Amino acid sequence: MAKERRGIEVSLAIAEAVGQADCDVIAAYPITPQTHIVEHLSEMVADGHLDAEFVPVESEHSAMSVCCGAAAVGARTFTSTSSQGLALMAEIFFIASAMRLPVVMALANRSLSAPLSIWNDHTDTMMVRDGGWIHVFVENGQEAYDHVFWAFRVAEDPAVRLPVAINIDGFILTHVIEPIEFEDDELIKRYIPEYKMEKALHPDNPVSMGCFGMPEIYTEAQMAREKALVGSYATCVKAWEEWAVLTGRRYHPVETYRAEDADYCIVTMGSLGETAMVAVDELREQGEKVGVIKIRLWRPFPFEDLYGVVDGKRVLIVLDRAISFGGPGGPVALELRSALYNRPQAPTVVNYVAGLASRDVTVEDFKAIILGGKAKAAAGDTAGFTLYGVRE
Amino acid sequence: MDKFSVYAARLVEKGEYFASGHRACQGCAEALAVRLVMKALGRDTIVAMATGCMEIVSSPLPTTAWEVPWIHVAFENASAVITGCESGMKAMMRKGKLPPKKINFVAMGGDGATADIGMGQLSGALERGHDFVYVCYDNEAYMNTGIQRSSATPWGASTTTSPAGKLSKGQRTQKKDLPKIAIAHNIPYVATACPSFPFDLMEKVKKAAAVEGPAYLHILSVCPTGWRIPSEEAIKYGRLAVNTCVFPLYECLYGKYRLTYRPNPILPVREYIEGQGRFRHLTPEDIEAIQERTTAEYEKLVKLSEEV
Amino acid sequence: MARPMEEIRWQDLEIGATVSEPGCSREYKTGSWRSLRPVVDGEQCIRCGVCWLYCPDAAIDRSEDGHFQADLDYCKGCGICARECPVGCITMEIEES
Repeated sequence: MAKERRGIEVSLAIAEAVGQADCDVIAAYPITPQTHIVEHLSEMVADGHLDAEFVPVESEHSAMSVCCGAAAVGARTFTSTSSQGLALMAEIFFIASAMRLPVVMALANRSLSAPLSIWNDHTDTMMVRDGGWIHVFVENGQEAYDHVFWAFRVAEDPAVRLPVAINIDGFILTHVIEPIEFEDDELIKRYIPEYKMEKALHPDNPVSMGCFGMPEIYTEAQMAREKALVGSYATCVKAWEEWAVLTGRRYHPVETYRAEDADYCIVTMGSLGETAMVAVDELREQGEKVGVIKIRLWRPFPFEDLYGVVDGKRVLIVLDRAISFGGPGGPVALELRSALYNRPQAPTVVNYVAGLASRDVTVEDFKAIILGGKAKAAAGDTAGFTLYGVRE
Repeated sequence: MDKFSVYAARLVEKGEYFASGHRACQGCAEALAVRLVMKALGRDTIVAMATGCMEIVSSPLPTTAWEVPWIHVAFENASAVITGCESGMKAMMRKGKLPPKKINFVAMGGDGATADIGMGQLSGALERGHDFVYVCYDNEAYMNTGIQRSSATPWGASTTTSPAGKLSKGQRTQKKDLPKIAIAHNIPYVATACPSFPFDLMEKVKKAAAVEGPAYLHILSVCPTGWRIPSEEAIKYGRLAVNTCVFPLYECLYGKYRLTYRPNPILPVREYIEGQGRFRHLTPEDIEAIQERTTAEYEKLVKLSEEV
Repeated sequence: MARPMEEIRWQDLEIGATVSEPGCSREYKTGSWRSLRPVVDGEQCIRCGVCWLYCPDAAIDRSEDGHFQADLDYCKGCGICARECPVGCITMEIEES
């Protein structure tokens, strides 16, 4: 069957994907820049295009709580939020993963207050980095659409059963119109068949969920959680492979562009990867042996994939979009520095933080960051981080 | 005894859905309230419970006292969680993913979970009109963490965060009127109950489960530990709360108030107050002030219940 | 309950630390908390069941002849049954250690 390709706002494409996934319960509270996703979902329910319960909750805390309740009875469950909304639901965010409830969330990444800012960076998602969810970052509208299905496929896999957050840059991605290839419903049904949860809440088989843990057992519960998240890696990869077979679109935990023979690479997550590629093309023309490394799977962290692409590189210039205040750098740089610390001949890591609250990071900015990072590495000036473009 | 035939107890549901082995304190009338509520609801029930005494005592891993499906997520969100369960089941049954079945969806929380930290979520769930029952077990303070005051603690009660002292008479505020707040949501059914009046309580639970849409039950649950009374007097103090009109038993079905029990004679509040350690510091004048307020509040209720 | 809490390995926990054996709290015998024991005078007992109805611990059993007795595995000795018995046939006696 010929695939349908149409220009559509990415938020709407995400909502359409949730509809194609035959979601049962959507609980959401409006927050910019997530609103178009849930508005469209409520329209789909109102028009009968999606047979689901749309629960218009009174807060994000309740959004995640409703999702937990719905997922606990075995319903396919979706929510979406941003920034302050994520901060408000953070308490339940951690519990959802501990209780192994396979909620899928589109996280339209936005900066955290204060000052109040509705624009895009990664400070919200980094706050819940240790929340026990699977985190994936997407770079464009097609990836956002595809990863809704992937997220349900992974979350509901009996070997995984964990919640999944799809990180989508707010505005930069959510509000742009892109040509997106839509898959037909039959293909989606094959990829994510009807979900049957084991030990769901039901009077026919009463179970207790969310029991109290004494110190004698809390440690074991945490170990079980860690094992589940680390173990989900195999399913994440398998689900991408299956998607590639069905659609021809292929994804990997860590992806590269012109990195094979590069001496140094710029490392990004999310939508800025595309700008980075243009900058690398231009620098290559100037003879710079530079490439791009894009981290798609953030949790579970793909250590081996990272080693596979960075071994032999001299410098990694990491572009972070959040600050770990009072710490040694941005969260992605911290992760790479620690992952590479005991690696023989590990590349030097230089860290820039840029693009806070949607401040533009243009091709020229990328070139300046890459060349600046290279120079810093050569000068041995690699500690901490540089807040790119800050007025002083 | 109350006004039921003593033999009526033998007609009550024999099944236990809140099992022995739970770790509630001796004489915990809240545990009794849970036991009676569950008898009235029966097997086809899903319970979402807030963090608190009943959650802790019923679920230390790897055990559970629950004979029905039960979920605890956090302190403030039992009402949101149960509406998720209800929505999920509703969608899956409609779509043929689950066979149809009548299930009672019930959220439970203490007075802290209900009157304080979970107030917004309760209001949201009531307003959205889900078919569920919210049961507040009101023991008038945060007992699980060591008897701290909540907004449901009555005026004059000494707690660990509203202690009586040279400059303090204990709790400085009047008890938040949760049933009235629930009634303001125009939901089908709201009622007060107390396990000292078990038949009244179980009848109200059944009504709450039977109506379509949200129902709210407010159950006064005597806490011997926090109220500083002997454990064997937990039932007696519940009875006194009702017979002094400190805690009147009433219901509001589709906006129509009805007192389900009218004490005769009405006992002086002194009889309820005097034996409780938490009120020990109150003077006769203080008790008189409580009496006046109690009488005034009860008269208002009587008036409401006489409206046609 | 497969084993005591202290012996449970992480692999033994069910998914999300779910407990799928309803009512398994019964394996925990709260009777050990008791310092007073309810003793029923069978001669006086009118078999009404009020003690059973008011027990917070569901720790009153009905015997075949219709009498009610405390289940000492779970009875915490709160004394509610003795206080509420309409004919006063239950007395609380000091538990022998």
